[in-house]
Amino acid sequence: MTPPSTGLTTKTSTATLYEDLTEISCTLYKKALTDLPPDVRHAVSAAQDREQGPARRRLDVMVKAIDTSDRTGIIVCQDTGICVFFVRIGTEFAVNGARLISALRDGIARATERYSLRSSIVHPLNRTNHQTNTGEGVPVVHVDFLDGADHLDILLLPKGSGSENMSFLKMLTPADGQAGVKKFVIDSVVAAGPKPCPPTVVGVGLGGTADECVALAKKATLRPVGEPHAEPEIAALESRLLAAINQLGLGPQGLGGLTTSFAVHVEYAYTHISMNPVAVNIQCWRGERARATVHADGTVEYGY
Amino acid sequence: MATETGPKRVTTPLDRDTVASLRVGDELFVDGVIWGVRDATLIRFFDEGKRVPADLSGAIFLHTAPSVRRRTDDGYDPVSVGTTTSMRMDRFTRPCLAELGVRAIIGKGGLSEGSAEAFREHGGVYLSIVGGAASVQTEQIERIEDVLWPDLMPECLWKFRVRDFGPLFVTMDSTGASSYRTVGEQVEERLAAAYGMLGIETPHD
Repeated sequence: MTPPSTGLTTKTSTATLYEDLTEISCTLYKKALTDLPPDVRHAVSAAQDREQGPARRRLDVMVKAIDTSDRTGIIVCQDTGICVFFVRIGTEFAVNGARLISALRDGIARATERYSLRSSIVHPLNRTNHQTNTGEGVPVVHVDFLDGADHLDILLLPKGSGSENMSFLKMLTPADGQAGVKKFVIDSVVAAGPKPCPPTVVGVGLGGTADECVALAKKATLRPVGEPHAEPEIAALESRLLAAINQLGLGPQGLGGLTTSFAVHVEYAYTHISMNPVAVNIQCWRGERARATVHADGTVEYGY
Repeated sequence: MATETGPKRVTTPLDRDTVASLRVGDELFVDGVIWGVRDATLIRFFDEGKRVPADLSGAIFLHTAPSVRRRTDDGYDPVSVGTTTSMRMDRFTRPCLAELGVRAIIGKGGLSEGSAEAFREHGGVYLSIVGGAASVQTEQIERIEDVLWPDLMPECLWKFRVRDFGPLFVTMDSTGASSYRTVGEQVEERLAAAYGMLGIETPHD
């Protein structure tokens, strides 16, 4: 791309931006797998205080894993996950969206090689593994916009398969009502049992279309653990579902105890008069995610 | 509760009496060799009927697929060795015990009633690890001693030399007991109460 001959440094800064974005993506992948968010650490620690006996011993190991990763840089879980980006582009932040997505993908491959991360990504039919943790459609990149903002926000979720395999959608009828929605959430947690590595965050999507409903359920898991929905009606539903789930006694690792889930998070969209969709997407205890904010002046802030 | 008497220690290979003495509720640490397997490894063993030049009688299998770093001498160093959900590999429990002589399987999430029956018939145990805590387990691996079927990377047959590997929790034992069954039954019993808390009416049939 040839810049206009005005003497501006467009070319140089553009070239740097996409290389920087590749490096940011690379950093985010390692960080998400190694450095758990503070809200997850708090939830694990609170559960450790609450549990007794063998359930407590299992929480002790989770705390030890977090500490070990802090000390050694070893990733917390062996599952390098399937990478999902949630990108929000400020409307005043100049970026080529196609090159941005390409840079994010390159960063995942770079981290895979640099940190000797297991490549977990294969072709769905012939199971070919490029050993890069990327492939057709992976990483998944969701793009949204921030009106008036002059920064770029990149959130990476390298989702583990044990919990992602425990994903559920049901197109209920309006006649099934709220009771049908609640029953589906409880039944999904029971069906998942020990497999998603409890204690979990249960993401619930309500409304929308089938695909939007599932996307909302995943988006719900991204909220800091235990942060209630802004709307009281939804927040009340979250706390009632959580109490009912933890009453089941499935417990840490599904081997009994008080803490089956740290939180239930619900996100919703309006839906059709003849529809009542509900989806569940579960996040395992380690709650891996990492965030980078790129400011207009080029500075990068890392967070969760 | 066995934890009141402290964790037990075992050394591989496991003999029949050691395995028979283990009970659901015991906490365990392992010294010796643990073999890493996963879906593709077990498919090659049992669907393709292949074998390796290694004695696996009394062996412990671990449901895994690690991240590793290749050394200049063509050996491998562990980067992250953790545990995957066992239930996907449930149908291989019986042949692991009956045909290879494996006596313990380490995994997470548990195995089915069919596997519980296989553990009872053949004298085997399922040892639950804390899933997601791979950094702890990685530090307990002294070295990777051998890698068989490297074409299956990362789902090769891995020979890990371990020390103080654990804690592991005996959750399925050679008497046929299963913590997953016990907890599952308890969850079923409490389900009506959970529905009640949410105002869900359930039909009685």
